[in-house]
Formats: sequence, C-alpha cells, structure tokens
Amino acid sequence: MAVSNTAWENLSNQAVAAAGVVYFLALLVHLAEWAAMRQPAADRSLVAAGGLEKRDGAGTAGDDVTDTTAGRGERIAFLTRLGFLLTALACAIHFVSLLGRGMAADPNRVPWGNMYEFTLSGTFVVALLYLVLYKKFALAWMGPIVVAFVLTVLMVAVIWLHDEVAPLAESLNSPWLVIHVVSAVIATGAFTLGGIASIMFLVKSRRLRLDAERGEDAAAAGWLDRVPSLDRLDKLAYRVHAFAFPVWTFAVLITGPIWAHEAWSRYWNWDPKEVWAFITWVVYAGYLHARATAGWKGRKAAMLALVGLGTLWFNFIGINYFSSTSQHAYAVERVVDVAEAPPLTG
Amino acid sequence: MSTPDRRPGELTARELLRWTWRQVTSMRTALLLLLLLALAAIPGSVIPQQGVDSLAVTRWKAEHTKLTPVYERLDLFSVYSSVWFSAIYLLLVLSLVGCIVPRLFVYFRGMRAQPPAAPRNLARMPVHATYETDLSPDDVLALARTTLGRRHRLRSSGDDTVDHVAAERGYLREAGNLLFHLSVLVVLAGFAMGGLWGYQGGVIIVEGTTFSNNLTQYDDFKPGGLFRAEQMKNFRFSVDEFNVDWLMEGPRKGQARKFEADLTYRVGDGEEQQYDLRVNHPLELDGTDVFLIGHGYAPVITVRDATGEIVYTGPTPFLPQDASFLSFGVVKVPTAQPQQIALEGLFYPTFIMSDGNPTTLVGDDLNPTLSMLAWTGDLGLDSGTSQSVYVLDKSGATPIEDEDGKQQRVDLQLGDTVELGDGLGTVTFERVDPWIRVQISQTPGKGIALLGVVAALIGLCASLFIRPRRVWVRATALPAPGAGGPDDDSDDQATDGTMNGGGARTRVEVAVLDRSGNGDMDEVLADLLARLGSDPADTTSGK
Ligand code: HEM
Repeated sequence: MAVSNTAWENLSNQAVAAAGVVYFLALLVHLAEWAAMRQPAADRSLVAAGGLEKRDGAGTAGDDVTDTTAGRGERIAFLTRLGFLLTALACAIHFVSLLGRGMAADPNRVPWGNMYEFTLSGTFVVALLYLVLYKKFALAWMGPIVVAFVLTVLMVAVIWLHDEVAPLAESLNSPWLVIHVVSAVIATGAFTLGGIASIMFLVKSRRLRLDAERGEDAAAAGWLDRVPSLDRLDKLAYRVHAFAFPVWTFAVLITGPIWAHEAWSRYWNWDPKEVWAFITWVVYAGYLHARATAGWKGRKAAMLALVGLGTLWFNFIGINYFSSTSQHAYAVERVVDVAEAPPLTG
Repeated sequence: MSTPDRRPGELTARELLRWTWRQVTSMRTALLLLLLLALAAIPGSVIPQQGVDSLAVTRWKAEHTKLTPVYERLDLFSVYSSVWFSAIYLLLVLSLVGCIVPRLFVYFRGMRAQPPAAPRNLARMPVHATYETDLSPDDVLALARTTLGRRHRLRSSGDDTVDHVAAERGYLREAGNLLFHLSVLVVLAGFAMGGLWGYQGGVIIVEGTTFSNNLTQYDDFKPGGLFRAEQMKNFRFSVDEFNVDWLMEGPRKGQARKFEADLTYRVGDGEEQQYDLRVNHPLELDGTDVFLIGHGYAPVITVRDATGEIVYTGPTPFLPQDASFLSFGVVKVPTAQPQQIALEGLFYPTFIMSDGNPTTLVGDDLNPTLSMLAWTGDLGLDSGTSQSVYVLDKSGATPIEDEDGKQQRVDLQLGDTVELGDGLGTVTFERVDPWIRVQISQTPGKGIALLGVVAALIGLCASLFIRPRRVWVRATALPAPGAGGPDDDSDDQATDGTMNGGGARTRVEVAVLDRSGNGDMDEVLADLLARLGSDPADTTSGK
C-alpha cells in the first residue's frame, strides 16, 4: 500500500480545511461583488428609470447588471467569474476530502459511514449542483448564498460532527447502501438548492410588496436586482424540486425499503428516520400539488417547499438527538439489534 | 361524444368549467389531506411505538403513569395502525380515486384527439413571433410540418384552405400523472397485504441446536390480522457454527463485524442444504425469509442440588444489554431438591475490574465470567401463568445466604464450580456457546409494493419532465410589392400559393402555448424559429 490509511485520513482533514479557506475566499469575492453593485446615491436616479423593468423583467445573469458605467460593470463581471472559479476550486478540494475519507477506511468504502461524512457529502453535492446548473439556470445571483451555506454547514460538521474514519457497521455493508445514500445525498443537495430559490422568492416578493406599498419603485438597489424575477424564481425552484423529488422517492421508497428488508427483515418499519423521510416526501408532494392548485401558487407553495426543507434537515440532524430507537446506524452506532431484555437488577 | 367538427374552446367550455371546478376543489382537498397526513405521522416518531420497540413502550409507560391511559385511548403507541391515522389515508385514497378515475376517462377520450386548430389571432398568444420570408406559404407550412412532425402530433389539414399547421406534444405527461396516482394505490394494496397476511417472529438459537418452523418454537410472534397457522411452511435448520470478527483496534474497537452463521437446512422432505447466513443476506425458504439480526452468549451452566443430582444443565441464553455485550440472564431450577433454586445476574465476555467496578473490556469472549445472585424458595412456576424465561419472580423466593449472612453472589470463571450456601448444591460454569437471533417472516405483497413504487417512479418522471405544449405556425402570402394597394386584412386572407409571384413575400406567425406552466417557452420559440430558418434580425417576438 503506497499511501497509508492515516495518510489518507490526514489528507482528508487537510482538504476539508483547504476547501473551507477557498470557499471563504469565494465568499469574500462575492461579497465584494455585492458591494460593487450597491450604487452610490448619485447613480441611483440614473438607474431608477430602467430599474423597475430590470427587476421584474429578464434580469438574470451577470451580464445584465444594472450599472451605467462600463468600468464598474466589468469589475462586477470579473468578480462574478472569480467567485465562480474559486467555488469550483473549493468544490474540487472538497471532493478530495471525500475521496480521502473513503480511501482511509479499511476496506475502502464510500464515505457515508457517519453524520460527519454524510454532511461532507451533502454540502459537496449542494456546491456541485450549483456549479453544474450555473449556466443552465443562470445561477450567478445564487453564488454568495450557496457559498455561505456550504461554508457554514462545513464548519458545523468539522466542529461538532467530526469523527474518525471507521469501518461500517455490519448492516451498512451492502451495495444498497451506496445506491440508497448516494440518491439521498443528491436529493438533499437538490432540495437545499431549490429551497434557496424558494427563500429568495419569498424575500423578493415581500420586498416588492413593501416597495409597492410605499410607492417606491427602484429602491431595491444592489443584490435583489440581481435576483431573477418572481416568475423565473418560481420556475427555477419548481424545476430543481421536480428533479429532487423523484430522486428522493427512489432513495426513500425504493432503495431504502429494499435495503431495510435485507438488513432488518422489514421493508418499512415506521422507524423515526423512516417516518420523517416519509413526512418529507408527503410535504414535497404537497408542494407539487400546491403549484397545480389555484390560490396556492407562488408564496404558499414556496412556504411549503421550505417546510419540506425543514423536515429534511430535521430528519438528518434533529431526529438523532430526539429518538434513540432509530435503527439507522449513522444515528446510533448499534452493533446489532440488541435483544429485548428486562432492565438490570441486582 | 366528441363530434369531430366542433370548434375547440367553445363546445368544451361548459365541460371545462365543471371539470375545472371539480379539479380545483378536489386538488385542494388532496393538498390538505396530504399535509394532514404529514402532521399525523409526527407523534409516532416521538412516542415509542409498540410495533417498533415494545421495550421502549414498556419503559415509557412505567415513567408516565398519568399520561399512559390517555395515550392508550388515543392509540398513540401504535399510531400507524390507529383509527385516526387510517381515516386520513383512507380519505386520501378516496379523494385520489375520485380525482383520478374521471381523469382517466377524460384521458382515454382525448387520446386520439386532434390538436386544436390555431386561434384566429396568434399575436394574442402569450409567446409568439412574426417574420417574413421569401418561401411560399405552402413551402413554409411543409417545412413546419417536417420540423414539428417528428416530435409532435399534427392536426391533419383536412382541406387546402387551412393556412396553418397545428401541433401538440406531451400527451404522456397526463398518462404519467395517472400512472403515478394509480400506482400509489397499488403500493398501498401491497403494503396492506403484508400487514394482514404476513407475520414476523423472532427466536434465539444456540449454536449446535435446531429450529423447526412451528409456532411453539418462537420466542415472540407477531401475526397479521388475517394470518392463518396453515401459512407456516415446513422447514427446519440447525446452526452448525457461528463466527464473529472482533475489531481489536481503531475507533470502533470492540465492534463486531462479519457475523456469519453456517446453517444446515431442509425444506419439507427435501435434501439437506448449507447456507451462510449473514446480515444483509437473508435466506429464503419456501416464501419465508430468515434474517440474522443479532447474536449473544449462552453460558453452559450445570446445577447440582443438595442430593448431588444434576438438575439443570445446558446453554442458557443471556441477553446483551448494550454494544459491549454485557449480558443479563436467569437460571431457574424448579426440580432441585429439597428446594427450588434460581440464579439471576450478569455475564461478562471479557471481564476486568476497572476502578473497582466489574466491567467487560470488549464483546469478544476472552475472559468469560458470570456473576449472579442466588435465590431459593417458590419460583412461581407452578401457578400456571406463563413466565418469561428472562424474568425471575422473586415474590415467593428468598435469597440464599453466604457465611456472612449476605445474599450469596455466585462468581464463576470458565470451569469454576461454586457451592451454594446452606448446602443447597453446586453451580458449575462449563463453557460458552454463542447464540444467534433470527427473525423469520412472511411478507406477502412485498413484490406488489415494489412493483407499485417502481411504476409510480416512472409515472412521476413522465409527469414531471414531459412538458406538453401546443405550437401553431401560420403562413400568409403578402401582396407582391407594387401589386395592389396595402391590404389590412392579410390576416384573414386565404392562402393558396398562387399569389407567390417573383419577389412575393410570406408572413409567418408562430405561437407556442405552454400547457404545464413550467416550461421555458421563449427558448422553445427561439429554437423553432431557428429551425424554420427565420432571420432573427427580421423577426418580431412578443410576450
Ligand atoms: C396519496 C396521495 C397523493 C400523492 C402522494 C400525490 C402526489 C402527487 C405528485 C408528486 C404530483 C406531481 C406530479 C405532477 O406535477 O404532475 C401530483 C400531481 C397531481 N395530483 Fe396528486 N398525489 C396524491 C393524491 C392526489 C389526489 C387525492 C388527487 C385528486 C384530488 C391528486 C391529483 C393530482 C393532480 C390533478 C396532479 C397533477 C397536477 C398538475 O397537473 O400539475 N393527487 N400528485
């Protein structure tokens, strides 16, 4: 063996740290970009004329920044691109850290043995999906939010969830684990991205409402101009959710039960983890219904999407602290099913 | 009932209205029921559930004596089979059937329908464009037909007076939606079958012994409501050997891996066969699944009574208390003379003293040690009520005392023999046998449920990713430059191609209608225009 397991583990730890630093740099660049977009008061009146249309019109990618001076537009475009490249670099390093976790285990395995690794993977998928969909959905405006989210969760993972590399518990040792967890992680990442779009929908619609009430029109200077129109946000959120929902269905209602059947003899046991996965599924089904129901489109649907996101993350983090009966091994490290016994006496 | 020559949009207006009304009301109901279902599922994840962890239920009840009767009345210990939970999902099923069945009929009726003809004024459509070209109207329409034909259903032109191409695609979206919802019913049916006709039973089997599949052999048995004893299949298997790998280093030190039980089994009068039973590798016997779900230790203990007779001998399964495999067990010897004898206490697989406290270092049996308290008197076994083998009824028993007058603690290492106080007999710790716990279950309908979810997933993908839309392309000949005056009515002019003399131009109008509400129609329009060969500089698009 050329590289020892400890070396891999150290590599992984260092890569997490390095990825964190680069994400941080990306965040700084994006913040500078936002700052550059806040127009000085003098410019504002100039922009105001076209501002409203931009705000609710096609305003999307980095190239239609509401700016009058070409020089500033260029600077902003440069910062946008730099932020994107830094995020891509951080994401690549992030991947190295996952690889290191997998290679450090003996035997080598997928890096999803515990909460730390699951979080590492989940944030990686959020960043990766953002990068992959960047062009298709013109996600430039989302950069700062995604990077801030990934960075924060990564920090939480390192500080509170870090765990040494260890072999998988026996029941996790199944090819179904790979399929189940990879789909669950992808769906989690995608739901998170979709949730960000829904949050921005709510923020922006509130802002527009307030502006309308005050009779102001172009007051929302800076980054909210950058955020796409409500209609586009709504469609973006829908599309990302529509991608995530079948993946979640596959993870939770197909591969999960198959694996549970092999490992624990019951394909659906109403174990708390399963219950919450089911709740998440039902809430997102509600979201999809809401979008097709008159009166629930838009804000109510967006709120439902956020409820779904809440149940998703609660299931991942909260349920482990709430419930001790979960058989899911990254919740409670349980060697085997301990037979039922009366409490100790004597 | 559709007359082929009716004008779309007019004749269906009433139907549409009724249909929309029904859709809006029932969709809202469905939505609320879905949210209610999500809400109703929550208590079962917080309160221990009988079907998931009955031990936790017992413990919870002991700690909350006041709340217990209330919770019991509300079925909160078995939420997922409670009346109120069932009511919600049955209502949902009802709503689903009420919603989907009419849609099915609508779908089948509309399956072979033509795409509707173009509205009179395409410029009123939300997404449209207009351009001019040198091609004749016929050529434009022919081009539109070939361009759209591959991926759209086209309205047959009927006669030559039609000045446009009408196309539609995405019919499968609704099919997918219907398939998805119907499959939900299939899944529920499969799930219900498992609950009604299935069973799960658990049994501890000591290495070297044999299990035959009949009800009396199970330690616990949970049949479904419609389970019949004839469903039990005739098979038997013995556990020849059980092996575990213990991790002796690393962060999971002490964790067991690679449990493996070598079984010899026989179904009915068939041949004997071998199987390596492992976690994640169940054995299927004639429609019944056998799973390895746990393991532990059964110290072999021999008890001689005051007369020196062997009154008890054999492996006694002890139950692990936690992942360290510190285990709890009971030995009951009702035939001992002159008095019944019982022992209750702990088994330490690898005994050590740590800070003056007895504990076990790892789960491997490197230093097996027993430490039990001794009892004598009436063990309550003759009263006729059944007793768990893991619970000692001490109400009629008295402690056996040692020389100091304290209750005697029987501490034994492998091979040791201890004399009981008052000359009641001796206890010998002969050896340790491993046991495995298997779960044996029949889950009828699991294939149906799996089929259902897979079909649901396929339907779901079709429903979410197919974007139905309608496309119209209308071509109108413009009067040749110089020939005749300006013609304001060019919209309504019949197109017959004869007007295309040299230099004559054709005006083309294109409109796209999104029927899912989620597509990006601007993109679709731009793509279509490009394929029709329109000159972007010469095209006006509208929204
Ligand atoms: C078991 C409960 C149900 C679940 C899990 C469920 C799930 C879903 C999902 C995931 C979709 C999204 C697919 C799409 O957008 O086409 C959907 C759409 C739809 N559902 Fe349900 N549904 C349920 C019950 C119902 C009921 C009771 C009704 C009728 C009242 C209904 C009517 C519809 C309709 C009409 C659509 C299509 C919406 C559209 O045209 O976009 N569903 N459902």
